[in-house]
Amino acid sequence: MKRIVIVDYGYGNLGSLTRTLAHIGACPITSADPREVAAAESLIVPGVGAFGDGMAELTGRGLCEPILKAAKEKKPLLGICLGMQFFFERSLEFGEHAGLGIFKGTVRKISIAKKPFCKVPHIGWSALLPSSGASWQGTILDGIPRGKEAYFVHSYAGYAEDSSAILAQTEYCDSIFPSVISAGTTVGVQFHPEKSAEMGIHILRNFASW
Amino acid sequence: MIPKTIRIIPRLDIKGSNVIKGVHLECLRIIGDPEEIATRYYRGGADELIYMDIVASLYGRNNLLDIVEKASTNIFIPLTVGGGIRSIEDIRQALRAGADKVAINTYAVAHPEFIAEAAQAFGSQCIVGSIEAKRTGEGKWEAFTDNGRVETGLDAIAWAEKLVSLGAGELLITSIDQEGTAKGYDIELVSRIAPRVSVPVIACGGAGKSEDIVNVIRAGQADAVSAAHIFHYRKYSIAEVKLALAVADIPARGTTQLS
Repeated sequence: MKRIVIVDYGYGNLGSLTRTLAHIGACPITSADPREVAAAESLIVPGVGAFGDGMAELTGRGLCEPILKAAKEKKPLLGICLGMQFFFERSLEFGEHAGLGIFKGTVRKISIAKKPFCKVPHIGWSALLPSSGASWQGTILDGIPRGKEAYFVHSYAGYAEDSSAILAQTEYCDSIFPSVISAGTTVGVQFHPEKSAEMGIHILRNFASW
Repeated sequence: MIPKTIRIIPRLDIKGSNVIKGVHLECLRIIGDPEEIATRYYRGGADELIYMDIVASLYGRNNLLDIVEKASTNIFIPLTVGGGIRSIEDIRQALRAGADKVAINTYAVAHPEFIAEAAQAFGSQCIVGSIEAKRTGEGKWEAFTDNGRVETGLDAIAWAEKLVSLGAGELLITSIDQEGTAKGYDIELVSRIAPRVSVPVIACGGAGKSEDIVNVIRAGQADAVSAAHIFHYRKYSIAEVKLALAVADIPARGTTQLS
């Protein structure tokens, strides 16, 4: 199994992710050192919090370059939640902020129906559905039944311009947003696989075996 | 049709090394081993788990965190830990042990700014405002602390709104009157809070049958439902509750294709 480095830029609770990866036999290290991140065989960018603050931390710590390099060199690269949102060109969370630009598109607040039960943040389990024409075979979702639910906690989502980059989408309160994006070995998931029970473990196992 | 899934969250009240259960948050009875019980719920389809330290012991020498640490190595759903949290360091310790969220009640009543400080440090998604509410009159509830023992003088509904404005990312609303009675949730209480706040509300206290859960969702607009008694005493499995939700046209994880 490849050595996975979890990019630690000072945000969020990396314990759950580390534990879930340990459970599948991966032995991840967490690092904020750009050299260590650059040397990784496989990278995970986690994240909670605000986009602007997170990007400022990535930039300030010199972590943008090695992440972009990993994408270019086709190393397995997984962004989780805010980590996925960094992969887009820009975010409109509290002003406009530039992202890493691996995927064309914008991170925007999800726009939900004004109905009972409809609240942002979206917290809870929601289904992954294939976007039109997308096959999950050989992807990070290989072996996941369509409609399987994952655990989400977010108010914003990355809207990819190129629909072929959208592997799965999710509907919440009459709003549809991309929940898994992929381009080769670079993948972003809006949900938390480390908290999504067996389906999340399956996805992390798929990733770790690349 | 409710346009999202509703979460079912078993609650484990912990004293020492045991899961216990009371009535009106008192009269405690030992239920069993937390690891065994939590694993059963995880495998059975629980959407999250709540661990509540009901003696609210100091975190430095806390059994609860050992229990959570063990759980977090083989239970991969969100874990909320509450009871006695009174500092940023307590939260950090709980997260380090494997918690994803912390529930805060007593300390927030005396120090409301602590909620804002905690949300700033860890993000709102990590901070669950916990309210123990007791009915004091027609359409009136008071918030209590210390497992329903200490009155605060705070109107529970106003306090709920205040907690959200301070930065709580979810609310756990426990009815002291209904807790442990198996006579149903305080639907009126939940219905006064859930539609009014911008964050999800977890209804807690009183589930005796799956209809109670259906009712607090339908009539109370609960975003998530916590229960202990019915699961601990094996009156219903989580799957049976979710099937009842599906029959009532309420989406839940694992049943969305059924309904």
